[in-house]
Amino acid sequence: MASSHDNDHEQHNHHGSELSETQLRVRALETVLTEKGYIEPAAIDAIIEAYETKIGPRNGAAVIARAWADPAFKKALLDNATNAVASMGYVSGVSDYLVAVENTQKRHNMIVCTLCSCYPWELLGLPPTWYKSAPYRSRAVKDPRGVLADFGVTLPKDTEIRVWDSTAETRFIVLPMRPAGTEGWSTEQLADLVTRNSMIGTGLALNPGEKA
Amino acid sequence: MDGVHDMGGMDGFGKVEPEQNEPVFHAPWEGRVLAMVRSMGYAGAYSADHARFARERLPPTTYLTASYYQRWQLGMEMCLLERGYVTAEELTTGHALQPGKSLKRKLTSEVVSAGLARPSFHRQQQAPQRFKPGDRVRTKNIHPITHTRLPRYARDKLGVVEICHGCQVYPDSVAVDSGDNPQWLYTVVFTSQELWGPDADPTITVTIDAFETYLDPA
Repeated sequence: MASSHDNDHEQHNHHGSELSETQLRVRALETVLTEKGYIEPAAIDAIIEAYETKIGPRNGAAVIARAWADPAFKKALLDNATNAVASMGYVSGVSDYLVAVENTQKRHNMIVCTLCSCYPWELLGLPPTWYKSAPYRSRAVKDPRGVLADFGVTLPKDTEIRVWDSTAETRFIVLPMRPAGTEGWSTEQLADLVTRNSMIGTGLALNPGEKA
Repeated sequence: MDGVHDMGGMDGFGKVEPEQNEPVFHAPWEGRVLAMVRSMGYAGAYSADHARFARERLPPTTYLTASYYQRWQLGMEMCLLERGYVTAEELTTGHALQPGKSLKRKLTSEVVSAGLARPSFHRQQQAPQRFKPGDRVRTKNIHPITHTRLPRYARDKLGVVEICHGCQVYPDSVAVDSGDNPQWLYTVVFTSQELWGPDADPTITVTIDAFETYLDPA
């Protein structure tokens, strides 16, 4: 079945009139809101630019890499992620209540929002289409191993899987396991191994030399 | 409300299909919708839960066939119409036909960073905390026709409190304009067998964040 994104593409490809209807509708709303003095088009441009260039998963990767490299920071992150992340001034405005959950040999964590699309924007940017799609939202809480298989991830059968459904304003981020063979690496080098999906729990951190 | 947005545990939607090198926005209008939703939220036109409840009230066929940002556009229009910020005639003609309502504040270029910071949802407690980590609880069997954050798959289920998150704004109340009505919030853990029956994979556990009003002692 088509994801909502495929659906969007179908409209691009096969139903051009529907797409232009959406474009016209968005333009009409923007004009009305601007004329009524509610919004400022330059601010709209700046918000878009912020999400396209500044607020993305590299912020989260910096947090994870520091937790791998600095045991005191890792402890602080797991104790109170909101405060720990706020202490890293270069990360954009942190959410109200952030919880970091640690992957171990025994337990793998995975984040979902079955009711809408709650996601730690400040650390990971806007969620990818699959995260917001019906297949992920419906299956993550019932068949997480099947969902992981869709991502090419197979875990040992006896690894516990903990799925965190973001049903309130708490935001979750996964602290993935540090890959072997990275002893002595700088936080910058480590951050390159931290993929977005590894912080959602639908992937693992990259091994040295592995490409995303 | 028992809507199609409440997707946890439904079958038939198929495989998850990640897109390689996915752009932040697939078309420029998507970014404009996102930025307008943020701007009007910052301006105080609606809360996140008003916006969620509006999207939940889209006709089920629309919800399931529209793209994500199309749902956001439709939900924002619904919120702005219902709350008197625009009229249907204005949306049809694409121009303002009467002066705007006064705003709490405006998201201008000068305040973009502040405007994108997440607000606090914590509030002063109204009653003592009823549960603590380790307590057994049973979620209520409730089916409000308005906004709730207790998903269907986790109703009338036995779980264990894992974390107390303090007292927070209560979405069920905010979405129907009945005020913040702050409630204690807990992360509650369920076994997959409690949720999905005796044949479920015993290595899986699922948590939800549940407001105290959703829980009974067990």
